[in-house]
Amino acid sequence: MIKLEGLSKVFPGHNIPAVKDLNLEINEGDVCVLVGPSGCGKTTTMKMINRLYEPTGGKIYIRGEDALQMNPIKLRLDIGYVIQEIGLFPHMTIEENIATVPNEKQWPKDETKQKVSEVMTLVGLDPKVFKDRYPSALSGGQRQRVGVARAMVSDPPIMLMDEPFGAVDPITRARLQNEFLRIQERMGKTIVFVTHDIDEAIKMSDTIAVMREGELVQHATPSDLLSAPADEFVSNLVGRNRSIKRLHLIRINEILDEVDRAKPASEDAKIGEVEKQIEESDIRSVIVVDKDNKLKGVIGVSDLKRKSGEVAGDYCQDVTDTITSDATLNDALSVMLECGEGYVAVVNEDDQYEGTITLGDLLNVVKEEG
Amino acid sequence: MAREIWKWLGIPLIMIAIAAVIVIYSVNNPTDSIVARMLTYERVFRVIREHMGLLLVSMTGAIIVGVAGGIMLSRPSLYRIGRVMETFVNIGQTVPSLAVLALFYTILGLGFNVAVFALFLYSILPILRNTFAGIDGVEHNIIEAARGMGMRPLRILTKIELPIAFPIIVAGIRTAIVINVGAATLATFIGGGGLGDLIVTGLSVHRDMIIVNGAVIAAVTAILLDYLIGKVEERVVRWA
Amino acid sequence: MEQIIGVTGDLFRTAANLLFLTAQGEDVEYEPGLFRDTVDWISRRSDMLLELMLEHLWLVILTLIIAVVISVTVGIIISYYESFAQTVLGVCQVLMVIPSMAMLAFMVPLFGIGFTTGVMALVLYSLLPIVRNTYTGIRELDPAIVEAAKGMGMTERRILFKIKIPLARPVIMAGVRTAAVMMIGIAAIAAYVGAGGLGELIFSGISRGHQPMIIAGAIGVSIIAIAFDYLLYYGEKRFSVEGRTKEG
Repeated sequence: MIKLEGLSKVFPGHNIPAVKDLNLEINEGDVCVLVGPSGCGKTTTMKMINRLYEPTGGKIYIRGEDALQMNPIKLRLDIGYVIQEIGLFPHMTIEENIATVPNEKQWPKDETKQKVSEVMTLVGLDPKVFKDRYPSALSGGQRQRVGVARAMVSDPPIMLMDEPFGAVDPITRARLQNEFLRIQERMGKTIVFVTHDIDEAIKMSDTIAVMREGELVQHATPSDLLSAPADEFVSNLVGRNRSIKRLHLIRINEILDEVDRAKPASEDAKIGEVEKQIEESDIRSVIVVDKDNKLKGVIGVSDLKRKSGEVAGDYCQDVTDTITSDATLNDALSVMLECGEGYVAVVNEDDQYEGTITLGDLLNVVKEEG
Repeated sequence: MAREIWKWLGIPLIMIAIAAVIVIYSVNNPTDSIVARMLTYERVFRVIREHMGLLLVSMTGAIIVGVAGGIMLSRPSLYRIGRVMETFVNIGQTVPSLAVLALFYTILGLGFNVAVFALFLYSILPILRNTFAGIDGVEHNIIEAARGMGMRPLRILTKIELPIAFPIIVAGIRTAIVINVGAATLATFIGGGGLGDLIVTGLSVHRDMIIVNGAVIAAVTAILLDYLIGKVEERVVRWA
Repeated sequence: MEQIIGVTGDLFRTAANLLFLTAQGEDVEYEPGLFRDTVDWISRRSDMLLELMLEHLWLVILTLIIAVVISVTVGIIISYYESFAQTVLGVCQVLMVIPSMAMLAFMVPLFGIGFTTGVMALVLYSLLPIVRNTYTGIRELDPAIVEAAKGMGMTERRILFKIKIPLARPVIMAGVRTAAVMMIGIAAIAAYVGAGGLGELIFSGISRGHQPMIIAGAIGVSIIAIAFDYLLYYGEKRFSVEGRTKEG
């Protein structure tokens, strides 16, 4: 889909090239993450693909066509672009922001409107609520969503994303990453993704291209990169605890069926039964659900003494945080550490209980894989 | 809607009414024959017309030249000149308006045109500077996002840069108007006419009634213009 | 339009003449020797020029001191009474918008012709920049700092003098600078109502048609304004807290 051949860039007034003789091939439907320390040329490489920077040497082929021969405006209109810090236009509403490319392409008005609300729903923003707001009225996470929606609205086959989830807190970031992966599973776009965060790279990518000082050091699948780093630089980059990094590669739904866990108690269950269940449980707690299987709370050993009542619902205590089953094991680990518990409840999008992952499960996975 | 309009026009109408009452009273009840001769409706209307002439011609020219110049200087090819211009404009704005008018008088002589020309040049400065600074201040990543999505340079200017810079440009125009209205009352010293005429006449014949009439009309004009453009300013930014 | 073009042409011709007169000598037709006449006049009347300049400075500095005392006090007071503040700032804004000639004219029936009228008008003008900057300088301080001071048991009085005013000083200084530059220009106009200063040269030059006198006055006023602007700009930098820490 995208092929870079001997690509180089020397900025005027600099002796050292920012990118040096780079060869890279990205298959259709793949997410290729460019990763490396700042100043390694990853952003420069990406910006040469939509010709925001003109290469000083080498070739870029997009679907076999020489991109350097194409009209740059036409080229850019067909490549989605999510910039660092998002770059939303402050004077335009969310709807107008997202409609930028359709307007440049002069689509009919109602088609644009419809497409905008489609893509807003896709990234999880209610069009009715948000379309007439201005960017200043949105939270960081919502702005990032708008940025992604704006890049996707004209359904470009290729998307370039420069640290698109950089400016938000870690929890929101993990959520956005998961949502994005879910969307990508459906859309199957070819994506070039730039980040300096190796964890994000391992999580998001089909292939990772590690760069250093303008050169490509290794281009491999995340699994290969972890098991066979090309040199010391790469192994330093992925870090010493490589087996823990594998937690990024595994999703909760992949192991949820294997772990054997006690059934949740319903909220009107007799407390005597529940007490027995707690005794038998390896986490000394039992999850409580209501009759729609929606998560109600949790009962621990200490709750039994502290509260009184007849049914499980009386003893139940709110859970601090939950996780969805398409999150990675690493996300589960961060939630556990965040809440200071040895387990985390897994729920689906409607808040229905699906299972529980414990610290022990994570240790087993690391042991097996390592 | 009707209430909205009243809110906008309420204060201006009251001020105009006050000025009108003062003028009508003074013309009908002159303190002596000198005031009666010097302060007539005809004279008042003439100086107001002259004053508006000074303002309109010089401000229209200044807005056109200032905005166009600011846009041109913000283009990459002229950007360096733009930065140098900023320094010169800052110095130019420090020069007092009376000095500017006086210097133009020594070079070009007396008259309405000279006054208009001096006011025009003086009013360009804040507009030029604000237009340049407003466009220059648009964040780099916003421009790059627009470029990356395939917008042409002219579209980026009209759709992104100018709308974002607009409030700052309007603020520059507001500054220019306030300066211009103030300086226009000095035009009388170089034969430019305007409301300053009335004040100067009053001072030279020692008749407070004439002085106050001139001052009231000049003050009301200035406050009105500032008020109206302030309202426009509030209106233009819905997004901040 | 044609007139304006004609005027522009004249302007450039004259500017060129002014610049090259000394080099080219007497054979230029337009305004022969205006530049040299001016230099002559200045060297002949340098003592009078100096005297007027001092008079001008005296008027400006005296009013600046009065204005700073009044405005900073008002600014501090309104920083404690939020509801009051917008009204006061609105009134100051209106005062500053009034053309200087009109303001001086209003003062004449009240204070007659002379120095006092000039001082009064100038003080009224300089209210807005200083009051506004004092107010915003204090209001926009990091609330955590004030809270910390309160938490350590400082009285409101001590907080005002030890924390708020020192931290707001750069902003206040910026207001003083704006006011000062404006005052120099208006002081020149105030010469028309007998306040003295370099404006006298401009006005009597115009009425007598004596061009070197006008140029000397206009350029003198401009130089004072630009010099004040620069001096206060560096003063501002020195007074700012950051500036001092950098210098050690």
